[in-house]
Amino acid sequence: MLHIKCPHCGLRSQNEFSYGGDATVKRPELGKEISDKDWDNFVYNRKSLRGKHWELWQHLSGCRQWIKVQRDTATHEIFKTLKANEEIS
Amino acid sequence: MTQSFRLESGGLINRDKKISFKFNGKNYFGYEGDTLASALIANGVHLIGRSFKYHRPRGFFGAGVDEPYAIVQLYRNGETEPNIKATEQELFEGLEAKSVNCWPSVNFDVGAINNFLKIFLPAGFYYKTFMWPKSFWYKIYEPFIRKAAGLGTASIKHDKERYEHKYEYCDLLITGSGPSGLASAYSAAKNGAKVILAEDKSRFGGTLLTSEVNIGNQSGKEWADSIISELKEMPNVTVKNRSQVFGYYDHNMLVMSERISDHLPKTKKFHPKQRLWYIRAKEVLISSGSIERPIVFGNNDTPGVMLSSAAKEYLKVYGVLVGKKPLVFTNNDSGYETAIEFKKNGIDPIILDTRKEPQSEIIEEAKNMNINIKNSYVVVAAQGYKKVKSADVAKISDNKEELGSIENIECDCICVSGFWTPTIHLASQSGNKTKFNEDIDAFVPGISKQNEKTLGAANGIYTLEETLKDSFEKGNLLSKKITNNDNKFSFPNVVEKKSTVHDKFWCVPLPKGKNYKRFLDFQNDVAVSDIEIALKEGYRSIEHVKRYTTLGMATDQGKTSNLNGLQLVSKIENKVVPAVGHTTFRPPYSPVSIGAIVGREVGKHSKPTRKSPMHSWHEKNNAVFVDAGVWLRPRYYKRGDENLFEASKREAKNVRSNVGVCDVTTLGKIDIKGPDAAELLNRVYTNAWLKLPVGKARYGVMLREDGIVMDDGTTTRISKNHYHMTTTTAQAANVLSHLEYYLQLVWPELNVNVVSTTEQWAGAAIAGPKSREVLKKLFPKSDVTNEGLPFMGYMEGDLFGVKAKIFRISFSGELAYEVNVESDNGYFMWEKIIEAGEEFGIQPYGTEALSTLRIEMGHVAGSELDGRTIPYDNSLEGLLSKKKDFIGKRSLSRKAFAAEDRQKIVGVVPLDKKTSIPEGSHLVKDSNAPLPNPKLGYISASCWSVEHDNPFSLAILKDGKNMIGEKLFVMSPLKNKVIPVEIVSSHYVDPKGERVRS
Repeated sequence: MLHIKCPHCGLRSQNEFSYGGDATVKRPELGKEISDKDWDNFVYNRKSLRGKHWELWQHLSGCRQWIKVQRDTATHEIFKTLKANEEIS
Repeated sequence: MTQSFRLESGGLINRDKKISFKFNGKNYFGYEGDTLASALIANGVHLIGRSFKYHRPRGFFGAGVDEPYAIVQLYRNGETEPNIKATEQELFEGLEAKSVNCWPSVNFDVGAINNFLKIFLPAGFYYKTFMWPKSFWYKIYEPFIRKAAGLGTASIKHDKERYEHKYEYCDLLITGSGPSGLASAYSAAKNGAKVILAEDKSRFGGTLLTSEVNIGNQSGKEWADSIISELKEMPNVTVKNRSQVFGYYDHNMLVMSERISDHLPKTKKFHPKQRLWYIRAKEVLISSGSIERPIVFGNNDTPGVMLSSAAKEYLKVYGVLVGKKPLVFTNNDSGYETAIEFKKNGIDPIILDTRKEPQSEIIEEAKNMNINIKNSYVVVAAQGYKKVKSADVAKISDNKEELGSIENIECDCICVSGFWTPTIHLASQSGNKTKFNEDIDAFVPGISKQNEKTLGAANGIYTLEETLKDSFEKGNLLSKKITNNDNKFSFPNVVEKKSTVHDKFWCVPLPKGKNYKRFLDFQNDVAVSDIEIALKEGYRSIEHVKRYTTLGMATDQGKTSNLNGLQLVSKIENKVVPAVGHTTFRPPYSPVSIGAIVGREVGKHSKPTRKSPMHSWHEKNNAVFVDAGVWLRPRYYKRGDENLFEASKREAKNVRSNVGVCDVTTLGKIDIKGPDAAELLNRVYTNAWLKLPVGKARYGVMLREDGIVMDDGTTTRISKNHYHMTTTTAQAANVLSHLEYYLQLVWPELNVNVVSTTEQWAGAAIAGPKSREVLKKLFPKSDVTNEGLPFMGYMEGDLFGVKAKIFRISFSGELAYEVNVESDNGYFMWEKIIEAGEEFGIQPYGTEALSTLRIEMGHVAGSELDGRTIPYDNSLEGLLSKKKDFIGKRSLSRKAFAAEDRQKIVGVVPLDKKTSIPEGSHLVKDSNAPLPNPKLGYISASCWSVEHDNPFSLAILKDGKNMIGEKLFVMSPLKNKVIPVEIVSSHYVDPKGERVRS
């Protein structure tokens, strides 16, 4: 079971969190024209990376904040966690 | 029976306490502190079971967790448990056990015919033989194989025992209380670290209990006892026996199973039987020791052939002789220690040593005791069927390939020692890259991935002095990092006898003209010849060889067989062992009971049960409940001997003609506050929200980004910046997460807060033409006329002193209101509603009537909003704003979503107006078309329309828009039903929606 450092609450067990997918995907702006291909990429197409991956988790049974987690998908090592409003560097 | 193999004195058992037990129906006695195995051996019982494949007789091979043979069916306090290792099961008064895998009895076993047919049962036998004809598999082959090959029988009774889970954090977790575990725990504890020391067995001390060593001025066992009692006194230390750490998972989480009551005749009141610990440790020290490995020779599975370390343990811990004419067969000095123990107890052993002229302190001692030692000798084959009677032995050439002439030596047990295999399971599970250590012919931990270190014998260190030094140091070092304390202490003086190098010999060649079975895996009956066949047939990867032959796949997971298997593969393949590599170590290290894994989350405890504040009223009024997510909701209120159908029809009818009341507390409620609340709703819902006035409710549909409907519900503007959102019961949690996602990540600029208030409000829906009359009585001071509180209106009211929220919304399609009060007042509200409604014939209605009412009205719910439908499919396209963007809007222009013949919701009525339509049935054009019959749609919900008094269903149908009036067939292959139906509008009742506005 992963041990995730919530930037608000500290180290907590994985079962307090729920997974939310790729953190680098940006929602297209509302009301802006967008091609079918770009929209499909936003809605459906995701890379299945081996290695470092920025992903979203929600601290569901804790502070309910969405956070960004950099995790190695092969080793499960977690390198960094960020608050929702912090930019991935 | 007398305990004829029990020594007069000695051992760590309590001879003052005799314990009676039963094995295969016979009564025996043992002592407190015995295992089932030691007590049986003391009584001269050596035949325990039959092997898995050939049904060959099985005795005892080890004295602990590595045991491959002695598996029994255990009976305790009216319960039974399969596949218990007799070597691990502690004896208790009244214990009963039986052999497994034998029929009709262990002494006369029909399946043993397999032993004579073994030429027909080679590796991969099942795969090759039982393939054809295919139809034979389920009815003939599989049942036969299961009966013949099964181990124990699982109880089919409900397990009344209690199992617990515990979560724990610590600085250091130490797995094993042998010398390395004790030393590291001690130095870490002295530095103030929070330490958990886990010991699998009932006694602490590991090898210190059986080895002749001195630490300081104490014997090994005395030292272990004193360290343990000191550790137990320290507040920062948890010491647990009967506790096995069996799994090493990510981020240094380990799982341990503690057997609290298995050694007692009966679990004490309020005690669990077992407890599963989830331990998150900063550092892990693996001190799991090593397991002796066998030397492979002919008939090496005969009862009486066992590990030499086990023989020593039975002697020193239990005061039990495994035989009175022992033969010790060894390639290293450990066999000598066992022989010396026999000799000390007046038994004359013979040592066969594969080495030519070994010299060491231990060997010297054996010689001085006049023990008969034969160098360059091997056991060629054991003789005897149900018990070893003699051994064929021979001299072996220096190159270990040629055997001299065979001699026969009478003996009643053969104690084998093929050197030691470090127990690296936990290290390997943690992701440690293991490496092969040539000196000990075994794998040891290499590069760590997580925070673990391996100590002592588990790390291939076999001298006590080195082990203790290293362990004291590591314990000190790792704890120092955490606590910053550095407690210095003097290292004790260690006295141990020096041993010399072992011989890399592990398998005795077959003598000419003999083809004895030489077993590698004793539980799964995998012999040298099976591995040879697998390799001949082209299997190369050790993982494939393992699966084809089942080597190491029995309940002991190859603790005594894997390494010899590797040796054999590498020898045939002419590779070095590390090039062959070992199979993956996976948790659990040893079998764990399902009960312990499940813990207390069984039956109704498997999830929390949520009840509305009115629950007890429903109970008192004969409600029959149904699970709605985690909620318990009244399904119907039983009157007399009504069934579900009759009751729900009565309740629904009463709503249509008089008035009914339904508990809607379970609906998800989200409080939304902030200056940008309207803007959030406008983006989340598909329809327009910016102009909703205060005191008005609006129905809304929200989509996922892929255009699929996520949820629907009404949201009410309570005040300028305050909204009250309702969701469906099932989606409440998901909708809240959805809103939080957009507010926190996508549109953080929106100044809005959301919070779940589902549990803060109790809700009652009052529905029916007379509902206004009831409301008038409940809120005499409020204007609840059609003008004062119009459809989709909202007001606050005073319910006999209780503050209430009144919404004029309707799910049933009738004139209806929903009243919310703070949860604590829910019961009061409900009673008042019933009281006020009495004169109007009010009846409570459950979820079944609720469904009936919404289905015949054509209102969609969870069965239509099933994660596969878009707004159009549900006839909700009128709610899609053209003027603004919203979540998921862009997806709706996808080609398939905009297709002309897109599926749409319709109503379905059977032509005979009688036959009920099963939910989930398919709609087809031609009931006689060949399979697969093209499916046009499916039935999403069915009811008995109380308005029309005939069955009515909703369906999602292809080109539904143009299908009204068509005649189709409903087919339910599951229920074997074909029903001719007519497609009608989904709005079967009040299609203009006049009632809700009346």
